[in-house]
Amino acid sequence: MAEQCILVIGGGISGLTAAIEAAEAGYDVCIVEKNPYLGGRVAQLNKYFPKLCPPVCGLEINYRRIKENAKVKFYTMAQVESVTAREGSYDVTVKVAPRYINDRCVSCDACAQACPAERQDDFNFGMSKTTAAYLPFDQAYPMRYVIDAANCKDGCMQKCKEACKYGAVELDMKPETVKINASAIVVATGWDPYDISKADNLGMGKVKNVITNMMMERLAAPNGPTAGRILRPSDGKEPKKVAFVQCAGSRDENHLSYCSYICCMASLKQTTYLKEQYPDATADIFYIDIRTPGRYEKFYWKVRDMEGVSFTKGKVARVENTEGDDVLVTLEDVLSGKKVRMAFDMVVLAAGMQSATRQNPLQLGINYTAEGMIVPSSLKPGIYAVGSSKSPVDVAKSVQDATGAALRSIQSAIKLLPAGGIR
Amino acid sequence: MEKKYGVYICKGCGIGESVDVQKMIDETASATRLPKENFKSHDALCSPEGIAMINADIKNDGINALNIVACSQRSKVEEFDFPGCVMARSNIRELVAWSMPAMEESTQINARDYAIMGVIKIQKGDLPEPGILENLNRTILVIGGGMTGLSAALEAARAGYEVALVEKEAQLGGWGAKIFKSSPMSYPFEGLIDSPVHARIKDVQAESRIKVYTGTTIQKIDGQPGLYDVTLNTPGGEETIKAGAVVLAAGWKPYDATKLTHLGYGLPNVVTSVEFEEMAKKGGITRPSDGKPAKKVAFIQCAGSRDPEHLPYCSHFCCSTSLKQAKYVRELGGDDALAMIFYKDIRTPGQTELFYKNMQNDPGVMLTKGDVKGVSEAGSGNLYVEAENTLLGQNVKALADLVVLAVGIVPATAGHQQYLDGLAAAGSKGDEAKAKYIEETLKPEFILNLGYKQGPEIPSMEGGFGFADSNFLCFQYETRRTGIYAAGCVRQPMTMAEAAEDAAGAAMKAAQVIEHVAKGMAVHPRAWDITFPDPMMTRCTSCKRCTEECPFGAIDEDAKGTPFYKINRCRRCGTCMGACPERIVSFKDYHVDMIGSMIKSVEVPDEGLRIIVLACENDAYAALDTVGIRRKQKLNPSVRILPVRCLGSTNLVWVADAFSRGIDGLLLLGCKFGEDYQCHFIKGSELASYRFSKVQETLNRLQLEAERCKMEQVGIDDYSRLPEIIDDFVKNVEDQLGPNPFKGF
Repeated sequence: MAEQCILVIGGGISGLTAAIEAAEAGYDVCIVEKNPYLGGRVAQLNKYFPKLCPPVCGLEINYRRIKENAKVKFYTMAQVESVTAREGSYDVTVKVAPRYINDRCVSCDACAQACPAERQDDFNFGMSKTTAAYLPFDQAYPMRYVIDAANCKDGCMQKCKEACKYGAVELDMKPETVKINASAIVVATGWDPYDISKADNLGMGKVKNVITNMMMERLAAPNGPTAGRILRPSDGKEPKKVAFVQCAGSRDENHLSYCSYICCMASLKQTTYLKEQYPDATADIFYIDIRTPGRYEKFYWKVRDMEGVSFTKGKVARVENTEGDDVLVTLEDVLSGKKVRMAFDMVVLAAGMQSATRQNPLQLGINYTAEGMIVPSSLKPGIYAVGSSKSPVDVAKSVQDATGAALRSIQSAIKLLPAGGIR
Repeated sequence: MEKKYGVYICKGCGIGESVDVQKMIDETASATRLPKENFKSHDALCSPEGIAMINADIKNDGINALNIVACSQRSKVEEFDFPGCVMARSNIRELVAWSMPAMEESTQINARDYAIMGVIKIQKGDLPEPGILENLNRTILVIGGGMTGLSAALEAARAGYEVALVEKEAQLGGWGAKIFKSSPMSYPFEGLIDSPVHARIKDVQAESRIKVYTGTTIQKIDGQPGLYDVTLNTPGGEETIKAGAVVLAAGWKPYDATKLTHLGYGLPNVVTSVEFEEMAKKGGITRPSDGKPAKKVAFIQCAGSRDPEHLPYCSHFCCSTSLKQAKYVRELGGDDALAMIFYKDIRTPGQTELFYKNMQNDPGVMLTKGDVKGVSEAGSGNLYVEAENTLLGQNVKALADLVVLAVGIVPATAGHQQYLDGLAAAGSKGDEAKAKYIEETLKPEFILNLGYKQGPEIPSMEGGFGFADSNFLCFQYETRRTGIYAAGCVRQPMTMAEAAEDAAGAAMKAAQVIEHVAKGMAVHPRAWDITFPDPMMTRCTSCKRCTEECPFGAIDEDAKGTPFYKINRCRRCGTCMGACPERIVSFKDYHVDMIGSMIKSVEVPDEGLRIIVLACENDAYAALDTVGIRRKQKLNPSVRILPVRCLGSTNLVWVADAFSRGIDGLLLLGCKFGEDYQCHFIKGSELASYRFSKVQETLNRLQLEAERCKMEQVGIDDYSRLPEIIDDFVKNVEDQLGPNPFKGF
C-alpha cells in the first residue's frame, strides 16, 4: 500500500513553498520534480528584483528546511505518469528516470573528470557545455551528480564507474515506477520561456547578438557561461550599447495575448546588471507600457534616473544584423510618431512566459486556456494549481499563492482523516 | 547528560590525500585530552558502511556526543542524523581539502584546528529539550472583515481552526461590499461580475467555526503565539478572548483626494473612483452639480499614485478599476456615452491584460497616454482636461461632463506607522521633544494595540511606505511580530482576487505557528529548532539591551524593569545572546562560552598570522563552501572559519577572547542590511554592524588597531569574490598592522 501524502508536482519556488509550508504544519508531502535538482527556474536567475538579492539565498533556506524535516520527500528526474481518483484521494504513478548515480555520491567530481563525453548545458541555455557526467550547478540540491546517458559515447560510462571510489555510479540503473496515494495534489509545474524564434521579425536564432532575458540572467550569473561577465555571444565583446525589447511575444495576438507580468521588472533589473559592469554603457528600453505595479514603482524610478538609460514607447518592428555583428532595431516611437532605427552591440528580448502545461499538459481532466494556462475552476476537488501554471506571476506572488495552496491541500487532507481526526 | 565522545574522521573526497589523518587524530586527541580510542577514521564516512560503524558505536559503546570531521554541516545532513546525540560537524572537506593545497603543513594545521573546535563544541553543548508552554490556544484572530479577512477566516476554519473575525464597521464586506460590480477575475476575463464578497459573507456566516464580531475594534493584545489575550471593544462593551495567532487584514483607505486640487478635486463635477462607484451602485451616472446624466466621462489615472508629491508607489488595481468603470459608463449611459482614460501606463499585468484588450475593442472607450496638466471649468458644469505628450497629439484639451480621479490607496497601517516613527524620532531627541510630539500630534487609530515593550504595532519597514510588509521575496509573510501575519492591501496594493489568495497564505502561516508552539518549536526561518534562549537571570543587570535589540520584540520587561522572554515570539537568532554584556543568554547547543572557547582553542603560531572569520551560516558560510565545491580558488590558510546562527548573535566578548589570545584579525561575514536587507532575521547583521562600530573602544583599551576587526556584507553568490575579500583583509593586517602585540603573552 502506497503511503498517503500531499503530492506537489514541480519543485520550483512554488512547489517547494507549497510542500514545505504544508510539511511544517505537520503533513507528509512528496515533491515530484522533472529536473535533477530542486529550485526550478529561479535557480537560473542571477538576482531577484527589486532587491537584487541572489535567489539561491532563499533556496538555501528552503533546502535546509527540507533537510531538517522528515515529512518532506522528493523525487528528482521524475514525472507524473497517471492519476486515478479513489474515495476522495488520488492514486498517482510517478516515473523516475535513471540518474545513473545513486545516493552514495559525495559530489567529489571524479566522474566528471573521467568523463570523455560532452553535452549542451541546458542550465545555461546552451551557451556552454558540460561533461556528460555533471553537477547541475554548484549550489544544487540534492548535491549529487547526474549522467546524461543520451550524450555518452559507446561504453564510456564505464570510465565514470571506474573513477568513482564510492560505488555511486550504477550503469544498469533502470527507470523506476513509484506509487503515491495523494490526499491532495498541488500543480506547480511552472513556466517555460516562450520560444521567441517564432517571431520572425525579432531575429532570435538568426541575428547573432540577439539573446533572451533568461540568457542574460545566465550571462550575468557568477556561475554562468562567462563567469558573470556580460559579453556578447558573437565575439565576446563587452556590449556598451544594449537594447531591451519589451513584450517580445507577450501582449501580441500572434504569440501570447496576455502580459507576462515579470518582463518589465526583469529588463529594469538587467539594466542594473549592465550598468554595474559597464557604468558607461547605455540601455534603451522599448516598451508598450512600463508595468511595475505596487511598490515595484520605486525600482522603476531608480533605473529610470540612471544615466544612459532611456525609455521609448513603441513596439519593435524589426531586429536585424548590421555591420560588425551589431544589431539594428527598427520601431515607431508612438509619442513622436517617428520611425526610429538604431544600432546596438546587443539586443535582449524580454521573452514572455508560458505555462509548462502548454507543452506538457497534465492528464488530470483540466481545462486549459487557449494558451495552455490551467483554468483553476476546472480542477477536481483536492487539486490545486499554483504560480505560473495558471497565470504569469513573479516570485513574490508565486510564494503567496503556494503558501495558500498548502493550506488548501491541508483542507483536503483532513477530510480523509477519521471522523473527529482534525489535528 | 553524561557524555561519551566519539570523533569520526572521513578520509574520502580527497581528505585522506590532503592531510595526514593519523597525525590529525594524535594532535586533536592531545589538545582535547580525549583518549585516542575515541577517534575513528573511515574511507567514506557518509556511506551506509560508515554510518553503520557510527550507529554500532552508539548502540554498543553508548557514544552520545559525536564530532563528524568530514564535509560541511550543510552536506549529507540526512545521513549524519543521530537522534539523541550531541553533534558537531568539522568541515575539513570544503574549507580545507577542496580549497587548500594538499599535504602542506598549513593545510594539516587547518584540519586539526577544525577538528579541535568540533570537539569543544560537543564538550560545551547539550541536547536541547523543547520548552512547551501550557494552556495553548488554537483560535486564529482575523482583524478585518473585507475580502482578505473573510477569505482568511474561511480558509482557516476549513482547515479545522476556530476563528474570531473582528470588523470595525457594523457590516462585513469592506470596500468589496460597496462596489457596484467587480472586474472579471477568471479566464476569459470578459464582462463584469458581482462582487465576490457577498458570497463570501454568506459562507462565513454559515461556518460554525467562525465567530464574527462586527462593530468591534481591538483594545489590546497581550501575550505571545499560542497565548494571546485579546481585549475587544464590542458594541456590547469590553470582551476578552484568547487566540493563538493573528491575521492582520485591516485593508486600505483611499488617498485623501482633497490633496488633489491640481487635478480638479473640489470642483463640483470631479469625483474620486470610490465616489463614482457609489454613484453607479445607486443606479445612474449623473453629475453632482445638476443631476444631469454624464455622457462624457474622463478618467484620470494615477491620481496621487506614482507621484513623488503624493504616493510614490503604484496602487496596482486602479487601471482595472477605471476600465471597469468605463464599462459602467458604456452600459449605464447608453450608446452615445463616451469614456476617456488618461494614463501614464496601463497596468493590467498577467491575464488581466485580456480584460484590457476587451475594453480596447469598445469604440466608446478612448484610451490615451498623457501627462494630465490640469482640470478646469468649461462652463455649465462641464470640465476641460488638459494633457501633454499624448498619443493623440502634443497637447490635448478634452471636454468632459464628469471627471473621475482614480485615487490611489493607503494601507490602514500607514497612519500609525508614521506616528510611531515620528514618536521614535522625537524620543531620540529627549523626553521633552517626545512630550511635545505627543502633545502636538494627532494620535491616529491603532489596530493591534500590542502590549509589547517594542511598541503597539508591527514595526514599519524602511522604504515600505507604511505597508505592513516584510520585504522578503521568498518568504512573503515574515513580519517582525511572530504569530502575526499581514495579508491583503495592508501588505501591498492588490486586487480582490489576489487578496483572496494572499489571505489563504497568511492563514497557513497562522495555522503553522499554532502547530509549532504546541511542539515547542521555532517558526521560520529555524522552523525545526527546539532550542530556546535560557538566560541566567540572577546575573541580569536589567540593562535592557536585549529588549531593545531583539528583532522580533520577544522580550518584555516586568514592573521592575527586568527583562523576561515571551518564548513563543522568539525566532532563535541569538541576537539577545550577542547583545548581552553579561553574557548570560545561552541556548543548549549554542552559547557565548561555546563559541568563545572554540575561538580560544585556535593555536596562534609564532610566525605568520591567524585570523578568525565568523560567517552567517545561511549565506556567507554556504558561499565559502561553494568556493571549495568549485575548486577554482584557494582559501587563505591563515583563517579559521566559524559559522554563526546569525551575525546578530556575535557577542563582543569574542573579540576580546580572540585578541587577548593573540589572534591577529577578526573578520565578520554577514548579510546585507538596510532597506533591501537579506538578513533572515531582518535586523541581525545590522545590529552586529552597529555593535562592531563600537568595538573600537574595546580595541583601544587593549591598545589595538580598529582595523583588526572588520565586517563585510556578503551574499550567498559571492563565492568568487570571497577568497579575495579574505586575502585583502589578511594582507591589510599583515602589511599595515603586523602581528598582534599580545602574541605570546
